[in-house]
Amino acid sequence: MTVNELLPLAVIASSLIPGLIIFTLPERQVAVRTTLNLAGAVTKILLTGLLLIGVVSGESFAVRYTVAPGLELVFKADALALLFVSLSATLWLFTTLYAIGYLEQAPHRSRFFGFFSLCVTATMGIAMAGNLFTFFIFYELLTLTTFPLIVHRGNAKALRGGTVYLGYTLGGGAVLLVGIVWLHHLAGQTDFVQGGMTALLDSAPRLHLQAIFLLLIAGVGVKAALVPLHGWLPQAMVAPAPVSALLHAVAVVKAGAFGVVRIVYEIYGIESARNLDLLAPLAMVAGVTILWGSGRALFQDDLKKRLAFSTVSQVSYIVLGVALFGMAGTVGGLAHLVHQGVMKITLFFCAGNYAESLGIHKVSEMNGGGRRMPLTSLAFAIGALGMMGAPMTAGAVSKAWLNQGAMDAGMDWAVWVLTGSSLLNAAYFLPILYRLWLRPAPAEWPHERIPARGWRETDWLLLLPPLATAGTVLLASLFADAAISPLSLARLIGRMEYLEPSP
Amino acid sequence: MPDDLFDPLVWLILLPILWAVLTFLPGPGRGAVVAIVSLCLQLGCAVRLTADIIAHGARTHLAGGWPAPLGIPLAADGLAAAMLVLTQAVGLAVALYARSYFRDGSSLWFWPLTGFLFAGMNGLFLSGDLFNLYVTLELVGLAAVGLVANGGKAEQAAAALRYLMASLIGSGAYLFGVALVYGACGTVALDHLAGMISAPVPPALWLAFALMAAGLLLKTALFPLHYWLPPAHGDAPAPVSALLSALVVKASFYLFLRLWLGPFACLVALAPMLAWLPALLGSAAVLYGSWMAIRAERLKMLIAYSTVAQLGYLFLIFPVFGGGALALQAGLLHATAHGTAKAAMFIAAGTLIRVGENDSVRGMAGVANQLPVTLFAFALAGVSLMGLPPSGGFLAKWLLIDAALSSGQLWIAVVAITGGLLASVYIFRVLHLAFRVPDGREELRPRPVPAAMEWTALLLATASVGLGLFAMPLFALLERVGT
Repeated sequence: MTVNELLPLAVIASSLIPGLIIFTLPERQVAVRTTLNLAGAVTKILLTGLLLIGVVSGESFAVRYTVAPGLELVFKADALALLFVSLSATLWLFTTLYAIGYLEQAPHRSRFFGFFSLCVTATMGIAMAGNLFTFFIFYELLTLTTFPLIVHRGNAKALRGGTVYLGYTLGGGAVLLVGIVWLHHLAGQTDFVQGGMTALLDSAPRLHLQAIFLLLIAGVGVKAALVPLHGWLPQAMVAPAPVSALLHAVAVVKAGAFGVVRIVYEIYGIESARNLDLLAPLAMVAGVTILWGSGRALFQDDLKKRLAFSTVSQVSYIVLGVALFGMAGTVGGLAHLVHQGVMKITLFFCAGNYAESLGIHKVSEMNGGGRRMPLTSLAFAIGALGMMGAPMTAGAVSKAWLNQGAMDAGMDWAVWVLTGSSLLNAAYFLPILYRLWLRPAPAEWPHERIPARGWRETDWLLLLPPLATAGTVLLASLFADAAISPLSLARLIGRMEYLEPSP
Repeated sequence: MPDDLFDPLVWLILLPILWAVLTFLPGPGRGAVVAIVSLCLQLGCAVRLTADIIAHGARTHLAGGWPAPLGIPLAADGLAAAMLVLTQAVGLAVALYARSYFRDGSSLWFWPLTGFLFAGMNGLFLSGDLFNLYVTLELVGLAAVGLVANGGKAEQAAAALRYLMASLIGSGAYLFGVALVYGACGTVALDHLAGMISAPVPPALWLAFALMAAGLLLKTALFPLHYWLPPAHGDAPAPVSALLSALVVKASFYLFLRLWLGPFACLVALAPMLAWLPALLGSAAVLYGSWMAIRAERLKMLIAYSTVAQLGYLFLIFPVFGGGALALQAGLLHATAHGTAKAAMFIAAGTLIRVGENDSVRGMAGVANQLPVTLFAFALAGVSLMGLPPSGGFLAKWLLIDAALSSGQLWIAVVAITGGLLASVYIFRVLHLAFRVPDGREELRPRPVPAAMEWTALLLATASVGLGLFAMPLFALLERVGT
């Protein structure tokens, strides 16, 4: 086995092995568990760095293993895979730190961190899957490993949220499976290839291809929370804050959006997808989801629910970008895959901080929060401004490219959708910022658990992660043109998709 | 040609008879160690036979050197070898579990009966003629009934009687069929028959086929002939349930498949619509069994009905044999994955019930947290039963759907997918209780469980999941199937 074959496997193993060991640890072995967690997260980042350097300099990383006659497990680390891998690997480190602080003294931590690591393992598998068969294996594995995290608290509400989640995702998985086997049956394989499976697309009946596309997109659309398949996401917010971060930014909805990217670009190919009249309906669904999510977010008083609907809306920016024919749309969508993750995780970290430190769960309780927790509120403000697409934030970069993409593709309605959504974003985020900074604080917080000590408004493990991710939101915009920024990677992928079709 | 004295074919039948006798002599409750040692040897024999077959193709052995029609021919091909390995491996794990489970001395005649059960099953996989197959079928049936009755409780006796009736009717019908075949063809050797039966087929053979098929379907508990299974599997002690659900029903399925592909292939070719019958009943079994499992109140009943459902999948392969090797691959993989997963699930349930002293599904809420390894085993086995990746159950489902598409039978794909979703409902019904925070009064005093009881379940469940990634040897064996 060569190094190029081992590296993708090592990235997967770097969270799988710690995860499996953590399951066997007794509850009280906090130090061993924390060490394992962090060692895994740091190793993963280092390995990802190696892969990034390799891919930028033109190396290819792939490994194949035959599972059944004609059926292969394939991992490959290409630029698109790395976009997702580096996002998840980085955010996993922050989320792990945050979770260690958040779950101090909580019961069942070994179980929690075990599944937490497996969850990221599944995400890595999804990112580096080299064909739909492999993608599906890890996609379902992600469902199975997130369920215990969602129901972690074990109360009736959590169990209900978990059941709803399973209902949606297992149903989606079944639909996806039918689509994949059908495709495999027609083509004999389901490899992700730049430019799509052209041989198949020329020969197979048009109607079959359209039906398969519908099945595949409906399958991944559940996790991407496309309307009307989004119902599980607001319910799943009963989970602890680090899990919400995982669901909304690191793993689950991203896995869905990433699936859309792979299916459109590397199964169908953007050209064929357009020729089969598949792009316009997809863009339409994304547009509806963007407006629907933003609209629903306006009326949520529960902070995490408001953020959840905001995710419904924001993830579909990615889908919209993918569905816009043209380089700019692709770049915008892919960059937003990363940008949305960083911004949304900041917001969820902050929401968790308000809840843990002061017992604030509702928007209406947030008055004066900025004075009591200035750093958290600063991070929150940066995240929220990013979501609105304010200048100097990552959100502005992706929105600019998306707008350009919509115009290039001749879909003027999409520009209106994006503008409308930005206005709605402002309408549901600005009141929060107003409350945080400009309204007086109440005499007493709902349930203050962590007292402020000097500049340390809350536990430092809870404070540092959102500050770091908020900083990233700014950096991703200020250094958007640097060699390894999310935008640059997205442009690299875009160039390959449009200028270098596979032979 | 291996030396006759050490031919694994022979020892696979002799060893279990030997330990059945040895464990019978010292009286009830004894013999665990003898059985376990012997099962290890049997597993070695089965593995050696498998290696032989992969290297040199199918094997035959003439017992005592007498050729057919006088002697008893033994034959083993890839399919038989796979079933033999599965049987000995699951048997060994369950035996290790049973040794701890019956530590309180309640095993009574468990060990000798299990010995005869294995002699019967191994004989069934290896027999090359219809009459010997009848003998082994009867031996398996009687030993299995004995095992159910062995617990000695009233409901077990009732379940055993019901089981006995079904078993006797099943083998009676089979024997009648054998007599008809002998009358029509003058031989009962499988390899002779395959070449002998050709169109036009006399009515006696059609009747023989119908009788033998019906008898075997009754023994395999295919819906609507499943009525005897839930009480027999649900009320027996956990190790017995595991053996019955994982292995015994597979034995009669194996014979059904053998006859379908072998002597009666000509009949099936004449009337291709025949294949629809097992498949339709199989679909009904998948839906009905899952539905009953969703509604079951007792944990072991839930698992027993799950067996009814999972057996249904095995019969979905019959109309899709036209799609190439996929159907047989799907069938064998499903039988193997289900065998390991179901054994794991039954013994895990046995541990949970023993510790919780409560056999209702809801009763699992309190105990699950005390036994993380057992719970994990249960969950992994569940993953395979639901057909979620990367388990053997998933790969089997994939192959089945692929086969269904290849032969244009979309409805089979729909049944397979629906069955998987229904399975997830009943599996998660149990699993989600494990996460519920107990509300005080459910506090249980911790009762230590022997490690063997927890880890055998996990081992079996892991094997079932691992089959999804390491099934290539199984497929290689299928290239060595002589029909």
